[in-house]
Amino acid sequence: MLQGWVIVVTSFAYLGLLFAIAYYADKRADAGRPVIANPYIYSLSLAVYATAWTFYGSVGRAAGDGIGFLPIYLGPTLMIALWWIVLRKILRISKRNRITSLADFVASRYGKSALLGGVVTIIAVIGIIPYISLQLKAVSNSFAILLHYPEIVMPAKVAAQPVLTDTALWVALILALFTIAFGTRHLDAAEHHQGMVAAIAFESLVKLLAFLAVGIFVTFGIYNGFGDVFGRAAADPKLAPLLTPLEGVAGGYASWVWLTILSMLAILFLPRQFQVAVIENLDEKHLKKAIWLFPAYMVAINIFVLPIAFGGRLHFPGGNVDADTFVLTLPMVERQELLALLVFIGGLSAATGMVIVETIALSTMVCNDLVMPVLLRLKRLRLNERPDLTGLLLGIRRWAIVAVLLLGYLYFRLAGEAYALVSIGLISFAAVAQFAPAILGGIFWKGGTRRGALAGLLAGFGVWFYTLLLPAFARSGWLPISLLEHGPFGIELLKPLALFGLAGLDQITHAMLWSMIANVGLYVGVSLAGTQSAAEHRQASVFVDVFRSESGGARFWRGTASPRDLYSLLARFIGVAGADAAFAEYARAIGVKWPDEELVADAEFVHFVETQLAGAIGAASARIMVASVAKEEALTLDEVGELLDEASQVVVYSHKLEQKSRELEAATAELRAANERLKELDRLKDDFISTVTHELRTPLTSIRAFSEILLADPKIDLAERKKFLGIITRETERLTRLINQVLDLAKIESGRAEWRITRTDVREIVNEAIAQMSQVFKDKAVALNAHLPARAVVVEADSDRLLQVLLNLLSNALKFSPADRGRVDVTVRESDGMVRVDVRDNGPGIRPEDQPFIFDKFRQVGDTLTAKPPGTGLGLHISRQIIEHFGGRLWVESEYGAGARFSFTLPLAAAPAAQQGGKEEPWLQTSARS
Amino acid sequence: MAEPEKRAPRLVALCMLGCLLFNYPILALFNVPAAVFGIPVLYVYIFTAWALLIALMALTVERGGD
Repeated sequence: MLQGWVIVVTSFAYLGLLFAIAYYADKRADAGRPVIANPYIYSLSLAVYATAWTFYGSVGRAAGDGIGFLPIYLGPTLMIALWWIVLRKILRISKRNRITSLADFVASRYGKSALLGGVVTIIAVIGIIPYISLQLKAVSNSFAILLHYPEIVMPAKVAAQPVLTDTALWVALILALFTIAFGTRHLDAAEHHQGMVAAIAFESLVKLLAFLAVGIFVTFGIYNGFGDVFGRAAADPKLAPLLTPLEGVAGGYASWVWLTILSMLAILFLPRQFQVAVIENLDEKHLKKAIWLFPAYMVAINIFVLPIAFGGRLHFPGGNVDADTFVLTLPMVERQELLALLVFIGGLSAATGMVIVETIALSTMVCNDLVMPVLLRLKRLRLNERPDLTGLLLGIRRWAIVAVLLLGYLYFRLAGEAYALVSIGLISFAAVAQFAPAILGGIFWKGGTRRGALAGLLAGFGVWFYTLLLPAFARSGWLPISLLEHGPFGIELLKPLALFGLAGLDQITHAMLWSMIANVGLYVGVSLAGTQSAAEHRQASVFVDVFRSESGGARFWRGTASPRDLYSLLARFIGVAGADAAFAEYARAIGVKWPDEELVADAEFVHFVETQLAGAIGAASARIMVASVAKEEALTLDEVGELLDEASQVVVYSHKLEQKSRELEAATAELRAANERLKELDRLKDDFISTVTHELRTPLTSIRAFSEILLADPKIDLAERKKFLGIITRETERLTRLINQVLDLAKIESGRAEWRITRTDVREIVNEAIAQMSQVFKDKAVALNAHLPARAVVVEADSDRLLQVLLNLLSNALKFSPADRGRVDVTVRESDGMVRVDVRDNGPGIRPEDQPFIFDKFRQVGDTLTAKPPGTGLGLHISRQIIEHFGGRLWVESEYGAGARFSFTLPLAAAPAAQQGGKEEPWLQTSARS
Repeated sequence: MAEPEKRAPRLVALCMLGCLLFNYPILALFNVPAAVFGIPVLYVYIFTAWALLIALMALTVERGGD
């Protein structure tokens, strides 16, 4: 038997546990060892998105239209995929500018406008109130139902109860006290509430576990698994349409799409989501895990929604049990006392989590962006002269929390009965969606102006108020219902649910359509029509270019201030200890021993103080306060523009510098390579000269020796004399040849050789070479055979040079062919657009290890000490140079002991006409390389 | 490693994929009175596609450095 006191004690024990967790986390944070500094706690704290709406309301919605509840969770998943771009940017901006709330963000973006901050705050408070009332309704209803355990009794209409006996009022007051204890114990300059985050993460676990427990109980305890539940539902004629629900539901796909968009925006712009995702974030890197962990959480908490919904409908076919309570009533009717209590605690954690974070976020906004800017402007309050304002700030926030919760209760009394949980929540979603144009536009588009944002917000909010909030009041009888049926003053065109005659849509789709048209239209239109002030221009650049520039807004400040004034200003708002810590931090950063040495109140320092202050009282108020102690010179729009241009020019310069240095590196590498090559060439030249000198000296020595003999001994007989003179002549010839070849080589290598390129028939060259060599071949009795094709083989080449190559190859072949039985074959073939010429001999061949070197200068194979082969050692090298100049290749194939085959290829000339055979007139062409 | 630079466009692509999967007309293809293991096709499809999308998002953000 569940007695009332058991439920109450359990609830308070649970709240006490939460408080203990928060206390412990705060202590750990103070000690510098935060428990929440990990991505898992961050992801769990994001799950504050799942409120009593999710816990009780999803089932209620699913019982009515099947999967109609799912866009509320699919939308966020889609938006979270974009978080890496959108939320990361918001995070970076907020951290750099010490943004303390959603209102602060908008105000700061549009030139630190206090007016805009106030408007956003009011919209947020009014917009969120229905949402808070939803939580109160859920908690008080579930309490009332559980109280009658095991009977299932639906709670009486609230309006029938006196206020003081209404559970919801007590729930509201207890939650207000609890939140005050949680969120406003002390003032944190960065608005971090680490204890709260830890408690919220814990609550997310509790509600998930409780919901999974009911889900498993219903699906596998009452029924036999998913198939069984759905099977029975399909058999029920009333439930069967819910299994293919998309056509049946009002609005169908259009409603589905709008709910998706709405929840995409809500996940970013609900004040509590902004609070946990942005303000409470300790490390941007936590985003990585959250991007998939948080959606996974949403999948988990939604898996059992449909089975519970169908189970409830099957269990309570009469329709006298509110579908929003199935999560609780199913365990109750099955007499699961403990499970029912667990569900109640789960629902309580879902509701308290939402209420705590939402009211803390709203109270920060109310204090920083609504009340303080007004108080600070009221001169007669003399706030400027008070030494310590931290007490005042905390007081405002505490009263704001109480006020928000009481307003939530009021809404619950006035309008809460007319709607199901989800419908109440959607009204709030539509309200916060109005922030989307100003914020998303603000971080990606520099052109958005303060007036544009203000106009868009007010128009969007106005339409929302007219099309969603007024009907809610009218339906609950607080306004005449004729307003809905016939429009105000009987003007049909202005009916709140069918504005300008747009009928046939569901309420949310209708409201979103009109409010977004008004909001986006005015935001863009007014922004484009007007101009920005200097401050707006500056902030636009600070926000939009947050990833591009590292510095904040310091460079935009010009004026004078005294460090002492700034210190006392800071101390008034964040306390003496906080101010000391902040000054010490700054002094350490710039390397000054404060307080022994004075700090200089330069732009950087004043900006630092202003950001610190912004962390406590919001950007707009901080701006006013700093302006009150510093003599400032206003920057004109032109000056801000110049500063921005300078900054962007610096970026351009640095890009240019980077590019230059890259180019320089490349040039250096090239130079180094060129230097290496030069060194190599130098070495080669030295080698070459020493080799050439050596080669020249050999014939010279022999010429000189024989000349000296002839000179010294006149009595040498004629035969001997003839022989000596023959040697001298041969050596002189060799010397001439060598010198010619060296000159030739020098010309070819330096590119100064003259090439007379003509169309030449290779066969003719071969015949010419054979004709010239035939005598020497006969002298040595070596056979020389030519195998030529029948058709002309035309190449573009210098015929003299080509002849030179062939003569060289033939004389080489002859040189190494054995006398008498030697045989040399010359073959000319055509293949693949090339002509190939082979010169094969049956000499001793070339050793494989020598083959790679025989084309080098002065390289002669064989043992040069014992048997110096005839020739200069330049012929093959020059031949290869010539062939390569004509685009061909010269190489050798040889097996040692079985002769050698020298081959070269040349590209065939493109035939100008079908000229076959016969000698053509060679036409002269100047070589490009000469 | 080019991974971190490609992360943003990949996530945008996943978001677009999600918009496609959870919308008319793909959604309508599964809005039929048929069942897999007794569970309506539409529900099976949505939850499977959802889980798959999240798995791809996890893969995209967790791969390759910061």
